[in-house]
Amino acid sequence: MKLVTAIIKPFKLDEVREALSSIGVQGITVTEVKGFGRQKGHTELYRGAEYVVDFLPKVKIEAAIDSALLDRVIEAIEGAARTGKIGDGKIFVYDLEQVVRIRTGETGKEAL
Amino acid sequence: MKKLLLSLALGLGLLTAGSFALAQTEAPAAVASEAKAAAPAPVAAPAAAAAEAAAPAADASAPVAVPNKGDTAWMMVSTLLVILMTVPGLALFYGGLVRSKNMLSVLMQVMVTFSLIVVLWFIYGYSLAFTEGGAFFGGWDRLFMKGIWDNAAGTFANAATFSKGVVIPEIVFAAFQATFAGITGALIVGAFAERMKFSAVLAFMVLWFTFSYAPIAHMVWFWMGPDAYTGKEVVDAMNAKAGYLWQSGALDFAGGTVVHINAAVAGLVGAYMVGKRIGYGKEAMAPHSLTLTMVGASLLWVGWFGFNAGSALEANGFAALAFINTFGATAAAVLAWCVGETLMRGKASMLGAASGAVAGLVAITPAAGNVGIGGALVIGFLSGFAGLWGVNGLKKLLGADDTLDVFGVHGVCGILGALLTGVFNSPALGGPGYVADWVTATGITTADYSIAAQVWIQAKAVFITVVWSGVVSFVSFKLVDMVIGLRVSEEDEREGLDITSHGETAYNR
Repeated sequence: MKLVTAIIKPFKLDEVREALSSIGVQGITVTEVKGFGRQKGHTELYRGAEYVVDFLPKVKIEAAIDSALLDRVIEAIEGAARTGKIGDGKIFVYDLEQVVRIRTGETGKEAL
Repeated sequence: MKKLLLSLALGLGLLTAGSFALAQTEAPAAVASEAKAAAPAPVAAPAAAAAEAAAPAADASAPVAVPNKGDTAWMMVSTLLVILMTVPGLALFYGGLVRSKNMLSVLMQVMVTFSLIVVLWFIYGYSLAFTEGGAFFGGWDRLFMKGIWDNAAGTFANAATFSKGVVIPEIVFAAFQATFAGITGALIVGAFAERMKFSAVLAFMVLWFTFSYAPIAHMVWFWMGPDAYTGKEVVDAMNAKAGYLWQSGALDFAGGTVVHINAAVAGLVGAYMVGKRIGYGKEAMAPHSLTLTMVGASLLWVGWFGFNAGSALEANGFAALAFINTFGATAAAVLAWCVGETLMRGKASMLGAASGAVAGLVAITPAAGNVGIGGALVIGFLSGFAGLWGVNGLKKLLGADDTLDVFGVHGVCGILGALLTGVFNSPALGGPGYVADWVTATGITTADYSIAAQVWIQAKAVFITVVWSGVVSFVSFKLVDMVIGLRVSEEDEREGLDITSHGETAYNR
């Protein structure tokens, strides 16, 4: 099993969600985060005080999936989240050791 | 606990000492005789037609002035408008500009300062400012508001306006002026926001209100009222009873000196003495809610119509003039600030527009009923740029952490407005001029008006206000620092005053 984490531009969330649904990923967790990479921030001005804001708002999606689905999931996220401009984000893949469904107690692949 | 008792004793001691000093105060005789007669500065005269049983030896046939219901209603509305300016206008304007962890502390300091000063006003402040005494302080005739109404007889004392034979209930005048005293104190709070001890703020306000606000209000605005000028033979005597700056001929319609310059200097001194916020210049201290700041600025604009137009003390043409000038000057200032910002850095900001509005309002305050409509537009327009400089260039020059730019806006634009009042008051420039002879209530002629002379008088009033407020503020802050301490601890400042000073958070996390 794998945990796929993707940092994407906030307005791409709906598209990515639909892309994942269409390949069979039923559940995801979404967090609002901020970060930066190569995309520059912006400057804010409050009367005489100037602030350079490096951080940009992003959205983090996490999905626990069956290893067999991995390539299709990566392709789906990439395709849906890409704009071609700097700041599109990154996808991280982690090995997932154990998954438990709390309601029923199922573990492993059945819990995904 | 010991410190609290010590500070209370100190306060009482100062008040007692102050009252002894007052007993010796005398009017400087010199100024009176040349006095360029009365300046139409809004102010109070002592009870024009005392409604008490012991009526003064007046002509039996002379009609006793009775308040006009329209004037009274307007003044009560104006009073309400100025209250709205402070709570919540100023509170939100300031509050939105600080970090969210300090929001409640700003709201508290504004609201409680306002309340404190209003109470003190009704105990002794009104008497100190608006009764006969000396040239610098009034007297004790209205201590605890005694004599302002007769509860046994059900009659009410009257206060003079600027028209002969026109009065308003003195209670209304006192209440109206209470809001001015209160908002002046609340203004200062912005300069040392985010790091000052709550108790220190209140202790300072007691001292500063007593020794700076009351006397300057007395000096600028106290006079005997138009009905006291019954004939040429009493003019010198009546002038001599007026406040020092009133006698000099200084024009201040609604409080450019008394409120704005006074508060601004106190704020600047406070900012210097309490020191810069931790992390100033390095850490992000961006406003947490410019939306609320805009709401506050809007309430200020609306309420200011009461502040300026109400200072006419009647619902008449001069109130209307002050009204329309408040409108035009502010709008012009908003535009000017936006233009200035766009030229300076490419974008006009909401904070800039809101600040521009306040800048215009401050500048037109001394000028409201003293200039023509065109003059008001010019004053407003110039103040937009002046304020922009005040919060940028001047702020860097001064080197203090004047958190919410109290001096940058209220000081700079207050001074500019006070000086320009001397220019645009001139009949040649569309202004109404001032009353040269209160016996006949005739105005100065265009030929006799000297802009240079009037601007010089204005400058002197500005200078005296700056020095007086500066000295009193410095001493007051020093005393409070010695007894209570001005600043919160570093940990408290880091955590935020809402939690550490007030045990609350503004926004649930």
